Amino acid sequence: MNNPESLIRTGLPKGHGKDLAVRVLLAAGTYLIVIIAALLFCKIIKDGAPVLFTTKAPYVDLGFLLDKNETLHVFDDAQGQRHQLPASKYSEYVKHHAGATIYNEQTFSYSGGGIIGPIVGTVLLTVGSMVLALFFGVSAAIYLSEYARQSPFIHAVRLAILNLAGIPSIVFGLFGFSVFVLAVPVITSTPADRSLLILPLFFGDAVLSFQGWNSSLMAGCATLACMILPVIITASEESLRAVPQGFRDAALAMGATRWQAIRTCVLPFSIPGILTSSLLAITRVAGETAPIMFTAAVAAKDDLPWQALANPFDLLASQVQALPYHIYTLAARIPASEYTQRAQYGSVFVFLILVASLSFGSMLLRAKLRSKLKW
Amino acid sequence: MVTDLPPPAAPLPAAIRIADLCFAYHAKPALQQITLDLPAHQITALIGPSGCGKSTLLRCINRINDRIPGARITAGSIHIHGIDINRPDIDLQELRRRVGMVFQKSNPFPKSIYENVVFSLRLSGIHKRSELDATAETALHAAALWDEVKDRLHTRALGLSGGQQQRLCIARAIASQPDILLMDEPCAALDPIATLKIEELLHQLKKQYTIVIVTHSMAQATRCADHTAFMDLGRLIEFRPTLQLFNTPHHPQTLAYVTGSFG
Repeated sequence: MNNPESLIRTGLPKGHGKDLAVRVLLAAGTYLIVIIAALLFCKIIKDGAPVLFTTKAPYVDLGFLLDKNETLHVFDDAQGQRHQLPASKYSEYVKHHAGATIYNEQTFSYSGGGIIGPIVGTVLLTVGSMVLALFFGVSAAIYLSEYARQSPFIHAVRLAILNLAGIPSIVFGLFGFSVFVLAVPVITSTPADRSLLILPLFFGDAVLSFQGWNSSLMAGCATLACMILPVIITASEESLRAVPQGFRDAALAMGATRWQAIRTCVLPFSIPGILTSSLLAITRVAGETAPIMFTAAVAAKDDLPWQALANPFDLLASQVQALPYHIYTLAARIPASEYTQRAQYGSVFVFLILVASLSFGSMLLRAKLRSKLKW
Repeated sequence: MVTDLPPPAAPLPAAIRIADLCFAYHAKPALQQITLDLPAHQITALIGPSGCGKSTLLRCINRINDRIPGARITAGSIHIHGIDINRPDIDLQELRRRVGMVFQKSNPFPKSIYENVVFSLRLSGIHKRSELDATAETALHAAALWDEVKDRLHTRALGLSGGQQQRLCIARAIASQPDILLMDEPCAALDPIATLKIEELLHQLKKQYTIVIVTHSMAQATRCADHTAFMDLGRLIEFRPTLQLFNTPHHPQTLAYVTGSFG
């Protein structure tokens, strides 16, 4: 080699400035995101945590979690003392202090009591829609990856499913409204006037009436399930394909039918992957407002979903409160004041905890299954 | 010194009778007019260069090729003990129970050793503990694996070494008590010692089973096969008792292959 000293550079490395600039830019972008997320969480925790947590045992304000949602009454009594009471306590107070004068009375809708209704409603909607979406989604994924012949038509079907994932949730909400709320068939003896089509069933006076399920838990679950089906199908198909071909061959070569091979040697090993995808789906389902505002959610409801039902099936046909919709109502439909903040930040905080614990639960489950089923 | 007995003069009863078999993937022929009688309770090796169709032929015998889109038999037949296995009314599951298969890449399920062995029994709806235990022990004994795993039957099968995994796959295949055992390069991924163990095992197994083995190693064919079929480009070139095929090949192509000047 001529002149080996030329290998030793003088000064900074070539392109040092550009390299440094790119590095700073990329790092700045990354940390900006982290800062925004941190600010968001800090704000919610700072304002929300004091609502939920108390300094005295049991350190959690169970009333906020377990009481029904009520209107908040704020007023001064004759001594100038300010009271904040939810509607039920307020009427007790009035009864107790009959004749006492109340000053400066203000009422704030939805801001008193607790949020048990929205919590229960969100859990019901999430569980219901996940059951529906997992059943149909995993079935479709099994068909697409194990049974269907890989024809151009199947590729088109797959593409259509992928595209479905990009549709805005409000569109799913309107779709759910026009289909599940207004049009799907029900068996009834008293069809509604707006029924689109009535078919006789030839037993009793029952008819098949295309009048929809009204705004109800099941319409909401069906709409939410439609929204996350593409996610579940795509991810389930991927995790089914990730199971080694050798397992299928081995099972078939030992005399398994196709379904036996899938059930015993493919599906169990793809469950961790399917759970991973459902984990994202769970948080999305729990968090969406748009698909349920026309199909299932109601701002105020006196009874919990299972109370005051003629029969258990009416649970599916009843409207529910839901946390995201409750937050929307508190934020956008009532005038904000210092007295509504407790309900607002508290609800958001509880909502975050709920979603985080759902995710955490599925993560634990997945880790447990993975360690047992990896190959 | 080779002490193998000379092959018997009288023709052995054929367990598998392949006649004029032609097979194609879509329009591309993979096997052409294969005619081959595989004798019962003997080991037959299929040798030949990569892509010559020996695995395809093997996979025709338990019809596992059925699941490959576009793959079909275009002419000819395969009879197993006199039954045409491509009849439309063949019970495919029963056929595969009677014709076991061991794959090139060992593929134990990520379950326990025990569950792997009793898999085929569970498939046929047998869940009686005593029956499962007995079969598991017999099959593992037969696969010369029992002594190595008897104390950890309920641990993960994937914790075994490569050679043990392949013997586990053999145990799993013989647990359903097949008549015929198909082996697709069972030692391709194994070291010489594990290979030797499997070859010893084959000698034991042939008392009970008719074995067809696809191999890339001519040394392996000479060590363990009674008969060897040499294939090239989808055709059967020569099929004779192993020693004759290697020592005095009739066909110039076989000669070129076994002497290593081709393939």
